[in-house]
Amino acid sequence: MNLEFWGILLVAFLAGLEGVIDEWEFHQPIVACALVGLVTGNLVAGLALGASLQLVTLGWMNIGSAVAPDAALGAVGAAWLVTGPAQLPVAMGVIMAIPLAVVGLWLTRGLRRIIVPLVARADRAASRGNLGQITALQLMSIGLQGLRVVIPMAILLALPSAWMTTAYQWLPITLRGGLRVTAGLLVIVSFAIVINMMASRRLWPFFFMGFACATDSHLNLIALVMIGVALAVIYLNLKSKDQHPQGGGPTSSADDDLDRELDDL
Amino acid sequence: MAEPTKFRLTMGDQVHVFVRSGFEQAAWNYPRLQNMGFCYLMIPAIRRLYPDQTDQAAAAQRHLELFNTMPYMQSLITGVTLAMEEDHANGKPVTDAEIKSVKVAMMGSLAGVADPVWWGIWRPLLSAFAATLVFSGFGIVGPLTFFIGWNVVRLSFRWLTQRWGYRRGISAVTGLQSETLRRLTEGASIVGLFVMGAIVPRWTRLQLAPSFHLPGGVTKRLQAMLDQLLPGVLPLGLTLLAVWLLRHRVRPLWLFVGVFVLGIGGYWIGLFR
Repeated sequence: MNLEFWGILLVAFLAGLEGVIDEWEFHQPIVACALVGLVTGNLVAGLALGASLQLVTLGWMNIGSAVAPDAALGAVGAAWLVTGPAQLPVAMGVIMAIPLAVVGLWLTRGLRRIIVPLVARADRAASRGNLGQITALQLMSIGLQGLRVVIPMAILLALPSAWMTTAYQWLPITLRGGLRVTAGLLVIVSFAIVINMMASRRLWPFFFMGFACATDSHLNLIALVMIGVALAVIYLNLKSKDQHPQGGGPTSSADDDLDRELDDL
Repeated sequence: MAEPTKFRLTMGDQVHVFVRSGFEQAAWNYPRLQNMGFCYLMIPAIRRLYPDQTDQAAAAQRHLELFNTMPYMQSLITGVTLAMEEDHANGKPVTDAEIKSVKVAMMGSLAGVADPVWWGIWRPLLSAFAATLVFSGFGIVGPLTFFIGWNVVRLSFRWLTQRWGYRRGISAVTGLQSETLRRLTEGASIVGLFVMGAIVPRWTRLQLAPSFHLPGGVTKRLQAMLDQLLPGVLPLGLTLLAVWLLRHRVRPLWLFVGVFVLGIGGYWIGLFR
């Protein structure tokens, strides 16, 4: 139990840090849930939850100064509920990840304000030329980002796991079934976010080609990626061929403007 | 006669900056975003280039100004900034204001191109592929594929762009042909859209419950009939509806609420199973 406790807090620290710095991607459910599963000795359930939850979080990205729901707390918390002693089914883990991720989002926003005084101290250190202190302040921030998930996880670990199991068993059968259906449907939101980022009026046909190809269940994802890459190469070659005789210039930019206006509709 | 080069960043300094660049976003804060992170990663270079403490202070303050870009593109900006700082330290005509303005000019345009490619296309594709491996029974190979694939690409990209930016200096900015980048983004979007088209019907789990009793004692399930027509048509319709809602400024959180209502309500009235 003790080793398990510290192991999960270590995973929570890595995920919490990564949820903000976005480098090694320990916070992505497919990695985080597998690690928690490894610690709790229930790797198979961790992998299954990680893969399902990964598809749900596909579209959660921090772009510019916007903050997405926090995959880190969602993944680590859900993985504990599924692979730990509470033994919730994978679908319930996917459901529980959503409120946990929203809590994580609030904590991220709050922490971005808590760090402000540290930056003010960095300003003062800079004016004195004290570079070592700036490094120390950055390391302190790294610690805070990790604690952002470690503390809520410690609370979750301290709760008796029987509570979760009992609460789940008290749910009416209808609600349990409904939540199972919801867990399978949640992926739609992320799919839509990702598609919305890529799609422009000219590129929509490629989406429907992919959909049509998927009806053949023999085509696996590698084969589909190959077809997609081939289509992209063909499209770009044909397009540049079309543009060269006209010399690009004003024609193509007018075209782009039109395209943008159509997209705005 | 040109002035002799007094200060030079060693390879060790560049590696040190590279290692620190991977922690840039940790001190993310609201008014000035990634400012402290950028200053933090420049510290090894500042120490090498400015032996005098007042110069160090000036350089640190210069890099504590507002900064925000896509973290991996920051390596290119870092490279260019390193080259400019080196020139500045050696008394070449590079002013404090020029260094700041180059950073600001690069951060917005690079983030605009790179955010959709890294977070909107590459991560969804690689992680969906990894999830597919798990669903197909490859187990731990799935997470490993994602983790190794992502980080090999990320670290190589960061190191190569930092080196390139450092060697080319300010000319790296003009060297970025926007046409090439645009074509790259468009090509990536095509692959991404195509694969998403395939992922939507395969990984959305939704089964209709109703069945019909046809004359002659034959029972036909609605879902089976729909699958004969076009497999995955229901997930397709719901996804397109969600895209439409997003384009009409409905926030993703409300879409989640909608999915909960649809899932629980649909099961309750016996539409889904």
